[in-house]
Amino acid sequence: MSDFWSNWIILLTLIVLIGSVWLLIANRKTEVRGDLPEGEIPKTGHSYDGIEEYENPLPIWWFWMFLSTAAFALIYLILYPGLGNFKGVLDWTQEKQWQQSIDTASLELDAKYAAYAATSIDDLAADPAALRMGRRLFNNNCAVCHGIGGVGGNGFPNLSDHDWLYGGSGDAIVQSITNGRQGVMPPWGAVLGDRGVEDMADYLMSLNGQPFDAQRAARGAGQYKMFCTGCHGADGSGIQALGAPNLKDRIWLYNQLDTPLLENVRHSIRNGRNGNMPSHADKLRPEKIHLIAAYVYSLSQTSRQR
Amino acid sequence: MSYQYSPGTGQTPSGSDQHYSAAVPAYNNKVVKQFAIMTVVWGVVGMLVGVIIAAQLVWPELNVGPWLHFGRLRPLHTNAVIFAFGGCALFASSYYVVQRTSQAPLFSDRLAAFTFWGWQLVIVAAAITLPLGLTSAKEYAELEWPIDILIALVWVIYAVVFFGTIIKRRVAHIYVANWFFGAFIIAIAMLHIVNSLALPVSLFKSYSIYPGTIDAMVQWWYGHNAVGFFLTAGFLGMMYYFVPKQAERPVYSYRLSIVHFWALIAIYIWAGPHHLHYSTLPDWAQSLGMVMSLLLLAPSWGGMINGIMTLSGAWHKLRTDPTFRFLVVSLSFYGMSTFEGPMMSIKTVNALSHNTDWTIGHVHSGALGWVAMISIGCLYHLIPRLYGKSKMYSVNLINMHFWMSTIGTVLYIASMWVNGITQGLMWRAFNSDGTLTYSFAESVEASYPGYLVRLIGGTIFFAGMLLMAFNVWRTINDKIPQPQVSEGVAHV
Repeated sequence: MSDFWSNWIILLTLIVLIGSVWLLIANRKTEVRGDLPEGEIPKTGHSYDGIEEYENPLPIWWFWMFLSTAAFALIYLILYPGLGNFKGVLDWTQEKQWQQSIDTASLELDAKYAAYAATSIDDLAADPAALRMGRRLFNNNCAVCHGIGGVGGNGFPNLSDHDWLYGGSGDAIVQSITNGRQGVMPPWGAVLGDRGVEDMADYLMSLNGQPFDAQRAARGAGQYKMFCTGCHGADGSGIQALGAPNLKDRIWLYNQLDTPLLENVRHSIRNGRNGNMPSHADKLRPEKIHLIAAYVYSLSQTSRQR
Repeated sequence: MSYQYSPGTGQTPSGSDQHYSAAVPAYNNKVVKQFAIMTVVWGVVGMLVGVIIAAQLVWPELNVGPWLHFGRLRPLHTNAVIFAFGGCALFASSYYVVQRTSQAPLFSDRLAAFTFWGWQLVIVAAAITLPLGLTSAKEYAELEWPIDILIALVWVIYAVVFFGTIIKRRVAHIYVANWFFGAFIIAIAMLHIVNSLALPVSLFKSYSIYPGTIDAMVQWWYGHNAVGFFLTAGFLGMMYYFVPKQAERPVYSYRLSIVHFWALIAIYIWAGPHHLHYSTLPDWAQSLGMVMSLLLLAPSWGGMINGIMTLSGAWHKLRTDPTFRFLVVSLSFYGMSTFEGPMMSIKTVNALSHNTDWTIGHVHSGALGWVAMISIGCLYHLIPRLYGKSKMYSVNLINMHFWMSTIGTVLYIASMWVNGITQGLMWRAFNSDGTLTYSFAESVEASYPGYLVRLIGGTIFFAGMLLMAFNVWRTINDKIPQPQVSEGVAHV
């Protein structure tokens, strides 16, 4: 801020502060005009539509309350930034206040995080204290999409089963969180045509123990070999290196609840799907990602034991 | 257009004053009636929308389709209660008061009629465009640029009518109520025009001319002074007429009027930055916003003291006059919320309260407790006088309305305090390992009971408004005897 504007602000501020105090003090005493009988409160002599005004003095407690807030304001403006470019004698800034609280927290916590960061995810998954931290971090950063407990939702992978799009090892989970993932299923409607989409959907139903039309499924199986094996594998078990889902484990990433499964599957084939897990490299420190990964890893471990 | 004064309307000035010995001027009561009736109508509509959005927070499945979604109904609610309900109340009372305290009819009946129809057009345009999702996305200034221009036009004409009447006044001094109405009219014109400056890209879309943080600062300079000048100064103008009238007592202290008026308008305009604590706003601006907000406590309370002390000495009316109760309680809520505001502007308190329901509670202790209650008191005073009736159709209904308003307000603000402090504490709660104790969703879950209580409080308040609408309807249409001709009429 240039000196001109700084001085402008200082001037205006002081005019308002000093002006208010002057206004208050100048009106402290009320002159009594003329003689009044004992005990009668003087009036201004004005009358507006029958409304008159007493000449009562300012309430003394209110007078002092006003003065003390003005004193507080002045002292505050000496201690803290407020008067233009004047920094205030305490040299306070909001950035410094933030840095201080970060520093204080780091003193206490850095060692703890460092110890966990040095422990393998397999070991952390058996450490209740580490998992508690991981769960809290997960609930505050991941649960918005993946749900409390990682149960997922339509379009958001369930992390508590043992079906992994990109691999369920500790390292793979750390990769997914740190760099994000882009799951792209291209649209096949134009290639397969309406009948082709329906055939393919029935074939997929047949792989998952759902009711299906045998004729359609047979035609779909032929098409599958031609178009789908490249990503989803010859038997439909998926390829984790590509993030291509397993198509025969009865787990559906895109399954809108108010629509029949068959329709959802047809929609996926016809229109394709775009999944986006954002990168968290800039949002979470590696130590925190390590703990979250351990928690996520533990979710699939417990469900497998069941 | 001429509105002959009729002795039967009870609007005769007290005969005690020698200034008034000339014939009573032909006041324009028509525009006052129009605004008074629309105050009731928009009060019911605006608060109904409030009840709906409160219900949507309890039962999210009530968000039906894009037009009735919370995100679109919420600005409709705020615009309807502030500018439609509050605005009509201010137009009605300022036109009523300025004529009588100036002993002069309105400057121009045509222009006054223009402000009525223009303002109704603004309200209808808001009620159509906001549910359609047409918004400039500035809080309390959401309306798009064509409507903004209409508002500016109506407002300038309002200023002409008001100040023209002041200039034509037949008394030497300008009454304190008119100082506040005048400050409100000038400041709102300035705030509205500066904050709404925008580049239109189409008929329904414009972009603010201010960049980033400056836009935020201009917006809250406007936003907080919409509270300061629209919802405080304007309604203090209302208070300064209807409180001494209803109490039939002189105003407590002329000195206090002078000091708190000038201090209030000089200091309020600085308070906006307290909405932007711990943001990209420079530290110096945040500090200034905070100290000026604290400095505002005494000038704000000056109005409460003057009102309450004017009412004191007529306390016996509390037993018999429910309109009087509305005025007493509105001043109490005014005092409470103008204490709460400065406290919330302190950075350390704001760090807890910001973005929580506490803010919503604070706003409603002002909006329901102060603004709505004083307007309701004013309407119960005005309606029989405007329509030449000796009293409202039912005093018992006024009394019932009073209790519903009070209980509704208390339920509303108490539940929002509990919610706000709960949310603030949950968001900042840390575990010993440095992680947040609660997820955001958990704080939403903890707020659920408060949302239910708020809905109940709001519904009770809204039901009271329905009683008022009924009572007003019957007062106007029933055969209620005209008032006894008061002594002042003898001068006519």
